[in-house]
Amino acid sequence: MMATKTKETKVAPLTVGSTAAMPTAESGEAKGVVYETKDLNLWYGEHHALKHIHLTIYENKVTAIIGPSGCGKSTYIKTLNRMVELVPNVRIAGHLAYRGRNIFDPSYPVEQLRTQIGMVFQKPNPFPKSIYDNIAYGPRIHGIRNKKVLDEIVEKSLRGAALWDEVKDRLRDHAYGLSGGQQQRLCIARCLAIEPDVILMDEPTSALDPISTLKIEELIQELKKQYSIIIVTHNMQQAARISDKTAFFLNGEVIEYAETSKLFSNPADQRTEDYITGRFG
Amino acid sequence: MGIPTNQEQPFSVREMIVENQRRQHWPKRMEKIAPKLLFTLAALSVLVTLGILFTLLFETIEFFRRVSIVEFVTSKEWLPWNEEHGSFGVAPLVTGTLLTTGIAMLFAVPIGLASAIYLSEYASERTRRIIKPALEVLAGIPTIVYGFFALTIVTPLLQNVIPDLEIFNALSPGLVMGIMIIPMIASLSEDAMSAVPNSIREGALALGATKLEVALKVVLPAAASGVIASVILGISRAVGETMIVAVAGGSSPEFTFDVTKSIQTLTAYIVQVTTGDAGYGTTIYYSIYAVGMTLFLFTLVMNVLAQYISRRFREEY
Ligand SMILES: Nc1ncnc2c1ncn2[C@@H]1O[C@H](COP(=O)(O)OP(=O)(O)OP(=O)(O)O)[C@@H](O)[C@H]1O
Ligand SMILES: [Mg+2]
Repeated sequence: MMATKTKETKVAPLTVGSTAAMPTAESGEAKGVVYETKDLNLWYGEHHALKHIHLTIYENKVTAIIGPSGCGKSTYIKTLNRMVELVPNVRIAGHLAYRGRNIFDPSYPVEQLRTQIGMVFQKPNPFPKSIYDNIAYGPRIHGIRNKKVLDEIVEKSLRGAALWDEVKDRLRDHAYGLSGGQQQRLCIARCLAIEPDVILMDEPTSALDPISTLKIEELIQELKKQYSIIIVTHNMQQAARISDKTAFFLNGEVIEYAETSKLFSNPADQRTEDYITGRFG
Repeated sequence: MGIPTNQEQPFSVREMIVENQRRQHWPKRMEKIAPKLLFTLAALSVLVTLGILFTLLFETIEFFRRVSIVEFVTSKEWLPWNEEHGSFGVAPLVTGTLLTTGIAMLFAVPIGLASAIYLSEYASERTRRIIKPALEVLAGIPTIVYGFFALTIVTPLLQNVIPDLEIFNALSPGLVMGIMIIPMIASLSEDAMSAVPNSIREGALALGATKLEVALKVVLPAAASGVIASVILGISRAVGETMIVAVAGGSSPEFTFDVTKSIQTLTAYIVQVTTGDAGYGTTIYYSIYAVGMTLFLFTLVMNVLAQYISRRFREEY
């Protein structure tokens, strides 16, 4: 709790416009801020899964979310693109603004939001289609039909996901013929194809071998120049290696949110320290 | 209380298994006999089917000794009862079958697929739990009931809209056959679509796709092999359907594509002959085998097509 407060005061100067506003009202877009979360609560039925979350996520940074299993990391990240609402009986209260716009505002079409927010899942989930059609799917549903343009998008996205050289000769092959690591990079490429603003990643390397993991970590470093990335990971070294900021979740609460170097070397909260040193259940 | 030994002595599962294995002799014997028994039963059913097929074949050959196969294939007149100008051109029966099947599929495919998409992508778990078994019940209604329904309800209703519609026609049984097939297409396609993993839907939704786009551009293609198989099964069912067309389609084999006219299908002709008094050994008697063979070839092609397509479109996930 103390740590949460520290975070708030630290964040305050960046969000002057919004601190005065009501929690549910639209807040003005603060520069460099991608997501602003204020007193966000979420229930699965009766289960209070997210409790009074305050979190501000910044542009062109890698934000890592760590915490023990079941603490609400996936729930939080899925709330950011409203995928969590696919679960029946979900109830959400509080304020969550993307680029200054309340994402729960009924006048904000959820498809429009999701077009801005790419998502990479824990298990690679390519469509049962060719490599090419996997990448072209997003652009196609958003009305891009021109073959030349699509070709270009496919190449650019695959290059962006460091997969082009491996698949350039078999773009028409079925995506399921790729290895797990390649499939995951394909899913990243699929995101890049619609040029999102933010990329959400929920344990993107947990199903991968160390070499594929390394490739994806390198890729994330490359991607953060253009995109803001939020990544959930169970791997503390990974969080320390690749992220700029880290949030520690516990039992649905944000215990501590700080610069990654600070959080790992000098945590403010005892529970954070216990967790990162492995003394925690 | 009822178990005496367990109280003091701890029991060993392993010992109990060994003991039982030693005592049980008959499962071992069973194990030896089972493959032979199962093989015999399987072989029996194959033999019976082959027997039927050969009968069909021999009687068809006998028919073609009396009537030229060229006439059968090329003539556009089916006049088996006419003593002087008898003609055995199968085309009118084939068009009758194609007409009713075509109408049925035009009706059943869009509605069946729409229902499948609704059930698999939109309906709540509760709705699905109620509707799915209901569909299966619908699929179990005896076809004679559908035949009655076509003749006594659908035809008069249609006559209000199309005054020229004859009492017996292709349209009404075609529509009712469509109604009969909808549950089958809906249910089988829904199975195929529900089998598509949710992770794939989520992948598409996360790209900003709407539910309909997910259904039409991800789930439907992913389930294509099952969906196509269900449609082909529907066609087979319509081609082979007998009662509805016999009751409501009429018995006038005309080479026509006019859906308001009385027609006769391959199956309805067979019913007409077998329920009539054509004597054994007459040409008419043999003709039903030739017609039956035609029908068999139709469904055979359909089945092969279904196999080929479901292999071709198989998308494993
Ligand atoms: N669909 C759901 N229905 C009901 N409860 C859920 C659902 N999904 C998650 N929960 C509950 O919400 C809490 C948070 O789950 P969440 O998946 O966000 O955890 P997590 O931090 O991502 O864990 P992990 O590290 O194991 O992935 C857990 O207690 C979980 O049981
Ligand atoms: Mg999770």
